[in-house]
Amino acid sequence: MKPENRWWVILFAIGAVLLIARWFVMPDGFGRAYVKAVPQAVDAENPDGRWVIYEQAPMADYLDAERTNADQSVYGPSVSRTLGTWIAALLTLFVLSFVIRDNPLYKVAESIFIGVSAAYWMVTGFWDTIVPNLLGKLAPGLLRDWAVPGLGDDQHPELAYLVPLILGIMLLWRLSPVGGWISRWPMAFIIGTFCGLRLMSFLHADFLTQIRNTIVSLYVVDNGSFDAWQSLKNLILVVGVLCCLVYFFFSLEHKGLVGNTARVGIWFLMITFGAAFGYTVMGRIALLAIRIEFLMDDWLWLIDPTNKRLLAEAAGFFLPLFGMG
Amino acid sequence: MFELFRNIDRRWIFLMMFLCVAVPIFVIGKYKTTFPEKPLVLATNVFNEIDNLPDGSRVLLAFDYDPGSEGELGPMATAFTRHCIEKHHKMYFIALWPLGRQMIDNAVNRIIKADFPELRYGEDYVNLGFKAGNEGVIKVIVTDLRKLYTTDSRGTATDEIPMMQGIENIQQMDLVINVSAGYPGTKEWVQYAVTPFPDRIRLVAGCTGVQAPLLYPYIPQQLPGLLAAIKGASEYESLVMAKYGGENISGKYLEAQRRMGPQLVAHLLMIFLIIAGNVIYFVERRRGVRQ
Repeated sequence: MKPENRWWVILFAIGAVLLIARWFVMPDGFGRAYVKAVPQAVDAENPDGRWVIYEQAPMADYLDAERTNADQSVYGPSVSRTLGTWIAALLTLFVLSFVIRDNPLYKVAESIFIGVSAAYWMVTGFWDTIVPNLLGKLAPGLLRDWAVPGLGDDQHPELAYLVPLILGIMLLWRLSPVGGWISRWPMAFIIGTFCGLRLMSFLHADFLTQIRNTIVSLYVVDNGSFDAWQSLKNLILVVGVLCCLVYFFFSLEHKGLVGNTARVGIWFLMITFGAAFGYTVMGRIALLAIRIEFLMDDWLWLIDPTNKRLLAEAAGFFLPLFGMG
Repeated sequence: MFELFRNIDRRWIFLMMFLCVAVPIFVIGKYKTTFPEKPLVLATNVFNEIDNLPDGSRVLLAFDYDPGSEGELGPMATAFTRHCIEKHHKMYFIALWPLGRQMIDNAVNRIIKADFPELRYGEDYVNLGFKAGNEGVIKVIVTDLRKLYTTDSRGTATDEIPMMQGIENIQQMDLVINVSAGYPGTKEWVQYAVTPFPDRIRLVAGCTGVQAPLLYPYIPQQLPGLLAAIKGASEYESLVMAKYGGENISGKYLEAQRRMGPQLVAHLLMIFLIIAGNVIYFVERRRGVRQ
């Protein structure tokens, strides 16, 4: 056995031993999910509902309901959600395993993620873009009968939407073996529209308004007295903007006064990059924290910060694994 | 010792980081304690923008994020929703990210349905769901909301929803709250909603750490308040809970404050590693010069 494979085997063995130990420490188990049956009212004539949906519920609620009435059927364990918790936990570990080195488990998780994302985007694109934005405008009656009964009766066909329909078909022409050039026309339309839209917004929000926001008083008077702190902040703002602009001004050689100013600009830029790096680190740690919290809380039941299983720890109930949902 | 640090395998650093995050989570989760939080000016501004609105104001909550940034933005969304509920604001949820719809459902199920079941759908809150089109959606709804939102996320005609009566565009909202993970997000809300209508649309936002430095230039004229990453969320959460939390605060309203523990320890490790890396660099350079 190769040395690196030996390490993987040891790692898996440790994980399995820990999971078994966890089972014995808490005989009620771990990694289970519970649901609450919520009847859905269809209309005023069917207030009790014709169908039921299952919402995730804390285990404490389930135990509470069991104590009150052992025959209750509102709360119960959920096989599908329990399975979901275990799959989520294992996929989390598969992804985290990449820090050791690239491996098949990571690739499995990566492939699943890509596949699910692509499928989700495809379904969302159809139901949230093509159906309401195209079919809903061209044939609202058909859509009302077929998929969206709540669509208002005052919706009438808008023939102007034939234009995006035709442009959409032209865009898909790229898949055809002949006449692929046809897709360039809608592409040009998209790029042109997007550029126009972005150009105006950037000029307005990020250029003109930012210039206006930089024109601030360097001698701030508040309630009749000199506000030194605000004045200093405004001074740093103005000096920082000017120095950074000089750094990116290449028509003059960066020597003498221009060079020194540009050097101060570099310092401002470095501080900005440092702040960005610090924020990025904070963000990444927060993402790691929620995955570890998920593993410890929802999967291993090592912690219970939201009191989901408060009663379980006190009561030591035996919890059936399979049931509803 | 020097050689040990110089040649340390990066996997030891990963392990140290894992422990620095995992151990505080375990301790804080076990003992249910959080670090004290002192809110700074930006979080206070966000709190005041929402709190100073008259009770029952119309608030648009745009949840433009997905599970990938749930760790940073989920606590903000929870705190925003709780704050609006406590102020009896009318909440209009929308999403410009496809998975934002699930984030709205999550907030509705975890907070409104679980802790405030007396709130009625269509009268106190409405979920208008996801709309494709990125900034194009913002561009349209600033002048004509009904052109895009003919139904809510359940397929109910917006004309039949009581709290949608008289709403023609988002200029009629008293405040827009954006929870942003990237594009489209707060930048686009500033560009397409706030900047063209500075006197009619007010925006506060919560964003990921990666975005925060890019949004600071908009403060305070175009963006009066910003919650930057988990730290901003924690400050805002502490303000909301201090005023509305009561005696026994549920753990789900302390998520951000709970996550500041691992942040502290992990940042200490980062600082140590940066200093150690620099020391090694300078020592190596000096040795190189001598040789």
